[in-house]
Amino acid sequence: MKILMSKNYFQVIRAGINTTFQDEGRKNLYHVGIPFSGAMDKRNYLLSNKLVGNKINSPALEFAYQGPLLKYFGNKINIAITGDVNFRIKKKDITIDGNCYQSLNLEDGDEVDILSTNKSVYGYLAIGGQIDLKYQWSSCSTNTKAIIGANDGKKFENEQVMNISKLNNHLLEKKLNYLNTKIENIRIIKGTNFDYFSDKGKKIFLEKEFIVSKLTDRMGMRLEGPKIENIIDTNIKSEGLIKGVIQVPADGNPIIMLSDHGTIGGYPKIGVVISADYDKLVQLSPGSKIKFKQVDLSSAENLFKLYDLETQNLISQIE
Amino acid sequence: MIKNILNLGDAALYCDFGKEVNRETNTQVIRYFKSIQKENIVSINNLSPSYNKLIISFDLKKTNFKDLKKLIENLNITNEDDLENKKIEVPVCCDENFALDIVRLENKLNLKREKIYENFFSKEFFCYMTGFIAGMPFLGDLSKNMRANRLETPRVSVPKGSVALTEQFANIYTFESPGGWNVIGNSPLRIFDSSKEESPNLINPGDIVLFKEISKNQYENFNE
Repeated sequence: MKILMSKNYFQVIRAGINTTFQDEGRKNLYHVGIPFSGAMDKRNYLLSNKLVGNKINSPALEFAYQGPLLKYFGNKINIAITGDVNFRIKKKDITIDGNCYQSLNLEDGDEVDILSTNKSVYGYLAIGGQIDLKYQWSSCSTNTKAIIGANDGKKFENEQVMNISKLNNHLLEKKLNYLNTKIENIRIIKGTNFDYFSDKGKKIFLEKEFIVSKLTDRMGMRLEGPKIENIIDTNIKSEGLIKGVIQVPADGNPIIMLSDHGTIGGYPKIGVVISADYDKLVQLSPGSKIKFKQVDLSSAENLFKLYDLETQNLISQIE
Repeated sequence: MIKNILNLGDAALYCDFGKEVNRETNTQVIRYFKSIQKENIVSINNLSPSYNKLIISFDLKKTNFKDLKKLIENLNITNEDDLENKKIEVPVCCDENFALDIVRLENKLNLKREKIYENFFSKEFFCYMTGFIAGMPFLGDLSKNMRANRLETPRVSVPKGSVALTEQFANIYTFESPGGWNVIGNSPLRIFDSSKEESPNLINPGDIVLFKEISKNQYENFNE
């Protein structure tokens, strides 16, 4: 008779505000009405996996603002947290303030308490092993609107359990010196309806400061500030959307489409955030100031090459 | 034919098929969509066909606007009329508890509800696109006397299954969702099924949809 291995699992004592499983997201489903989803801040997601020796595109836990409080039961396991995150590890007789970008070990009975993200939104917790998860369209990313992906398409709830089906063979001790830099300007390319707006409106969009409002989640980021005046039409024929598109509805306040966005929209597109700035954009918390800066297509392409190279360098520093 | 290809940001092609929203233009969009889909181009992440646009988003690590634009312009697009139009019947119950905006429509259109329903149920609809929320079909065209604007203040939550009208279009809310369309009934039919990965949507672009009125009793005992 086979001896059953001791079961390794996390008990969710506190779920956190919006804790979901995320990976790289799912492709080729916009035409069905399903957005890309996936980790909002891709660089921090990839780094978390690398720090525990996972395949870089393995599922990780994404949390926003306040993260979960998890109690671990089982054999010694590797974890790592990335982002700008305040957290503590509670062991039997000692509580340690945790450091991001460092592999840590948990033993039976230890707790990870993710208190808050510091002047940012998203953080990632990678677990050195395989989490027992449901995949849909080759991705486990939880999409709570379409109710698809891991955890039955729902965000974490108190008292639920997260089973680890297999632990990684080696416990790593990796560390990365990395500081999440804040960004003053979000760079954009002019949108396909840029000329729907008055000269004054365009000037406001490119020169004035906006504030990230509380109505911001994985679907979109609403901004507040001076109104952007439309002189043609406040509606367009409904058409496809991609992440980073900045729509301006009739009220003149821009909305930026984020990873779980609706796939079709009918508001004029004034701009699109460049790919190189997306990870930084999503980390702007409500109340943050935001200023747009226009660049052309070839600069945007070069800036993305640089950003991607930097990410690859960070990943290789963990080798 | 594509009139013009622009960039939407740094990682998408914005293909414009002309200003008009009609079946001919949309059929062109769907043809391009299906032809490109068949090519399995690895650098393409997503295709979004709509009334008169096709947005192609791509992986900026694998290609760029200029190269993909050239590739798309040189593609062989199927021109034969080989698009299969599935016919789908969608049952709708128009009980007062479901027809949230029928009174508003009677006033806006200056038509009695019997006339509105008669018109609606006698029409064959064409599916222009699906999306916004998973599986939601955008169906057209309503006749000229049936066209009303969106609600002045959109609902925070439209019930799942709601069948609703705005301008020349009808749609079906596949999930509970915010929305501003005029709700005239509710369908018990499952339009989106995430367990069917190959074809999660019952209604796809190019399909023909017929609505059929059912009673409250038939609605409650509906069995797929």
